[in-house]
Amino acid sequence: MRDLRDIWSNLSASPLLHLTLTLVAYQIGLAIYRRAKLNPLLNPVLLSVIMIVTVLVVTGTRYQAYFEGAQFVHFFLGPATVALAIPLYRQFENVRRSAVAILASNLAGSLTAMISAVAVGWLLGGSRDALISLAPKSVTAPVAMGITERLGGLPSLTAVLVILTGILGAMMGTHILNALRIKDWNSRGLAMGTASHGIGTARALQVNEATGAFSGLAMGLNALATSILLPLLWAWLVAK
Amino acid sequence: MRRLHFIDVEDRVFMLGYLTLIFCCQLIGELLATATGLPVPGPVCGMLLLLAGLMVHGSIPADLAGVSSGLLDNLSLLFIPAGVGVMLHANLLARDWLPLSVALIVSTGLTIAVTAMTMTWLSRAPEPERPAGDE
Repeated sequence: MRDLRDIWSNLSASPLLHLTLTLVAYQIGLAIYRRAKLNPLLNPVLLSVIMIVTVLVVTGTRYQAYFEGAQFVHFFLGPATVALAIPLYRQFENVRRSAVAILASNLAGSLTAMISAVAVGWLLGGSRDALISLAPKSVTAPVAMGITERLGGLPSLTAVLVILTGILGAMMGTHILNALRIKDWNSRGLAMGTASHGIGTARALQVNEATGAFSGLAMGLNALATSILLPLLWAWLVAK
Repeated sequence: MRRLHFIDVEDRVFMLGYLTLIFCCQLIGELLATATGLPVPGPVCGMLLLLAGLMVHGSIPADLAGVSSGLLDNLSLLFIPAGVGVMLHANLLARDWLPLSVALIVSTGLTIAVTAMTMTWLSRAPEPERPAGDE
């Protein structure tokens, strides 16, 4: 009989092990999230990341070894970003009438998100790496990671900050909007999508379909606005 | 039976065709972003290309919608590998957890408020002059 250690070392050298670990962790995370009636605190990505990091630390596996397997999942971020054109086009058709108001408020929100995050982080003494990775935190993860990478930040830190932003937005959104007495569903949806991308959109969809559509559109527009504006703002800041 | 089977195969060929189209958009997008030195990520350029294509075409082909929901239905799965990479930044997090968490909370709340208030204000403003006979 072969030594158990031999079997383990063969397995851990193959990409299948960590690819499967990623998929299984996601299924478990998803099951817990559904069980908890889609409570934003139990976000499936956050749960999966915690589970996988725990497994890697306990087994003494390096991230690079894990990524050998997980890269097959990671690769599809690019094509998925391109595919965002389809829901974006669908919502463009739906909301053409209020296009100017939507574009203007999305732009206001997008600038607020970038500037306030970097300003607060900088005031509290955040490092340069932390600030770059924080700046696109309101943008949907695949795009935000692309922006951070191009600016020389840490895409993996951005991924986690983006998820946390989504969770925060989903948790705080309703309370803030009620306190401000914003009753209009379009404004509420737009605010959720601009500030907290897909996770906010998922929350908006629980409210009603119109809010969800506006939120989805806002998420797409903010991805565009931030990927154009943030590099310009950053270059201007660094030049100063 | 044979006819059904034939249609099935044809559908899959179409699906692969649209997946190829999406890959081509991304590839051209990456090339454009690199060649022009644009700060926009390559996949975002690819998304804009596909969006422009849809606007010219005027509708979404059903199979393209199928491929896109295949990719987007499990979008959150796709950022797990990168998210796990946070384990590489334990030192940075230990040092910067306070500015990062305060910035996240303040900025997310502020963004929701500013976006919603701007939209409400702009929607309340009188519509710009309408062409006669619009009603």
